Amino acid sequence: MEEEIRLMKGNEAVAHAAIRYGVDGYFGYPITPQSEILETLEELMPWDTTGMVVLQAESEVAAINMVYGGASTGKAVMTSSSSPGISLKMEGISYVAAGELPALIINCMRGGPGLGTIQPSQADYFQATKGGGHGDYRLIVLAPATVQEMADFVGLGFDLAFKYRNPVMMLADGVVGQMMEKVVLPPYRPRRTAEQIAEQCPWAVTGKPATRKPNVLTTLELDPVLMEKHNDDLQEKYRIISENEVRYQEYYTDDCEYLIMAFGSVARICLKAIEELRKEGVKVGLLRPITLWPFPSDAVERLASKVKGIIVAELNAGQMIEDVMLASKNVTPVYHFGRTGGIVPDPQEVIDSFYNYFTPEP
Amino acid sequence: MTRDYIKKPENIVAAKPRLLNDNTMHYCPGCSHGVVHKIIAQVIEEMGVEDKTIGIAPVGCAVMAYNYIDVDWIEAAHGRAPAIATAVNRLNPDRLVFTYQGDGDFAAIGTAESIHAANRGENIAIIFINNAIYGMTGGQMAPTTLEGMKTATTPYGRRVDLNGYPIKISDILAMLDGTCYVTRQAVHTPAAVKKAKKAIRQAFENALAHRGTSVVEIVATCSSGWKMTPAKANEWMAQHMTEKYPLGDLKNTVE
Amino acid sequence: MKEEIIIAGFGGQGVLSMGKILAYAGLMQDLEVTWMPSYGPEQRGGTANVTVILSDEAISSPVLNKYDTAVILNQQSLDKFEPKVKPGGTLIYDPYSIHHAPTRTDINVVAVPAMEATLEMESSKAYNMVLLGALLKTRGLVEVEAVMKGLKKTLPERHHHLLPMNRNAILKGMELV
Repeated sequence: MEEEIRLMKGNEAVAHAAIRYGVDGYFGYPITPQSEILETLEELMPWDTTGMVVLQAESEVAAINMVYGGASTGKAVMTSSSSPGISLKMEGISYVAAGELPALIINCMRGGPGLGTIQPSQADYFQATKGGGHGDYRLIVLAPATVQEMADFVGLGFDLAFKYRNPVMMLADGVVGQMMEKVVLPPYRPRRTAEQIAEQCPWAVTGKPATRKPNVLTTLELDPVLMEKHNDDLQEKYRIISENEVRYQEYYTDDCEYLIMAFGSVARICLKAIEELRKEGVKVGLLRPITLWPFPSDAVERLASKVKGIIVAELNAGQMIEDVMLASKNVTPVYHFGRTGGIVPDPQEVIDSFYNYFTPEP
Repeated sequence: MTRDYIKKPENIVAAKPRLLNDNTMHYCPGCSHGVVHKIIAQVIEEMGVEDKTIGIAPVGCAVMAYNYIDVDWIEAAHGRAPAIATAVNRLNPDRLVFTYQGDGDFAAIGTAESIHAANRGENIAIIFINNAIYGMTGGQMAPTTLEGMKTATTPYGRRVDLNGYPIKISDILAMLDGTCYVTRQAVHTPAAVKKAKKAIRQAFENALAHRGTSVVEIVATCSSGWKMTPAKANEWMAQHMTEKYPLGDLKNTVE
Repeated sequence: MKEEIIIAGFGGQGVLSMGKILAYAGLMQDLEVTWMPSYGPEQRGGTANVTVILSDEAISSPVLNKYDTAVILNQQSLDKFEPKVKPGGTLIYDPYSIHHAPTRTDINVVAVPAMEATLEMESSKAYNMVLLGALLKTRGLVEVEAVMKGLKKTLPERHHHLLPMNRNAILKGMELV
């Protein structure tokens, strides 16, 4: 079937996109505000059409380990949750990263810490981009800002995951998960055959034919010399990803004297604020990272050198700002604007924050 | 009788299974793991399913089981083997998927995964080694440690008022509709080994035939953790362990 | 063309679905649309509101502080959103549950006795459609046919016999303005 234009929630778009991409398995556990992903998949019954496996696990812990198992066999598998559930998955995510397994993990963030609230948040930025689980590992982190991107990043996420044998996290928030927009769903493509998987994933644990040695997927290495070698290999891979996979969007940066940085839904709120500020003659630009890791440090550095200051707007108490400060190398002041606890600011609040920090010359 | 005479194929009366490789096992002398590894390798070989078999190794003494049996393996996080096995089999339904887990892995940290995989009736075989102690971490109390038994964390013996009762997890699993076969075996005598092997074969056949979840509990010894000689450990096991964990089938819906 | 709309009332009054049908109608007319609900326990009995944006250009913020048009179904929502209508904008409300009528004079205030009309029609489920009709009459935005097309797409087939009733409710709402 061809691509199709629909109106749906970001979470629903993820489910449709997963089936159309040819995902082999989804394993999840209900938690607001992302339960529509599992609900939509169960409603669509893809096991009857594409053969995709969908399973409601007994916990987030079980779900991520199902992903670990499924990915070990070379299948395209995914899970989704929201902040408290992602915390539970962190051990498993460390294993998936250590085992260099391709997988897609979606975090539709809600306000924390603790059980917190079910309203939107971006307070898991550190957790997603700095590891979160134990050990030196990185996730490729994609931050969608539209329902279309929620759909598109399923495919992009799996493409990157298989290209680098690395887990990818889609770091969404309750706003993009719950809102409805027009979305162009990708055309259906068939799931990979066993032969295609064997060719693409020679490491996959599929049952040992007489022609090869056993494939063993383990993250244990008791010899420190070999374990350091494994870490070196991982770091080299992360370096290559950093060089090749940085993605971001710029708005009004050609002539900007001030810069706002934001990701996900907040970037859109800031864009509206910037349009209002520009009507008042204030030249503000927006830099929106699409990959939170790898972080667009070069773009930040380039823009920082030409602006009078940067505001980092996020739904947290100040997380991405640390990466912005590192990347901007102290050449310009960097300020934080944020709301926490599940409160989403409107464009006026961003404008107020701007005038709080800056007094543009008339 | 010369060495060469003995090694002639026509003169061999007992051999190591081909799938059991020559790597030096890290298990202590007298440990039950080696015996169970051997019979698993034998069963896979006899069934002719090595190209279909995927084993899930635990965290515990058998964490490196994949170093000894030459099939494809996944090493699980502590307790999560049944969840991993679930996905592996759901996504590869024609594969023989088995987990190999100790008592801490299966009946403490992984209880939720154990119960729910069995309750869903996943078409997998679970080999559960119950030696009533945490071997790998140095002999601490396990969920199956007997009352009064001394361990590194119950130095004066397990007290039920402090530590609760030894858990009979196989009995719990036998009550679930998802299990088709739950049995408790041992490997302390040649006769017991023979029966255990038959049970593992039954469990593997059930998995391949999609009959539901099979659980083979092996009541085992840990001579190091128990601080006994191997012979004494076998004796003690037969005397005390089987009293709490009696051998035999708990459930068999297949016969 | 760009219209930023807030629809607000109690949970259960059909606020979210009215927004959804409006968004769907926008989609039928090739517009860019965004439907952003307040979600969670609020859906069940508390106040519920939804922001709908229709535009022929890409939409930036789904969260707004000023609206071109507000459709208000209860007093709480009126208190909250009356000050947030842009000067020259439109406020449509049902006086049925309103004790303090809107006071602003710099906006176009339209009272629509939708509850009364719904009670007369003896189809309480069409309440939100009456209001939608009033919105369409007042603001244009989308064609009734686009709404009907959207309804047909969103309603499961087993509810398609309700389509004529919904159309009548929309037309009734248009008459009330």
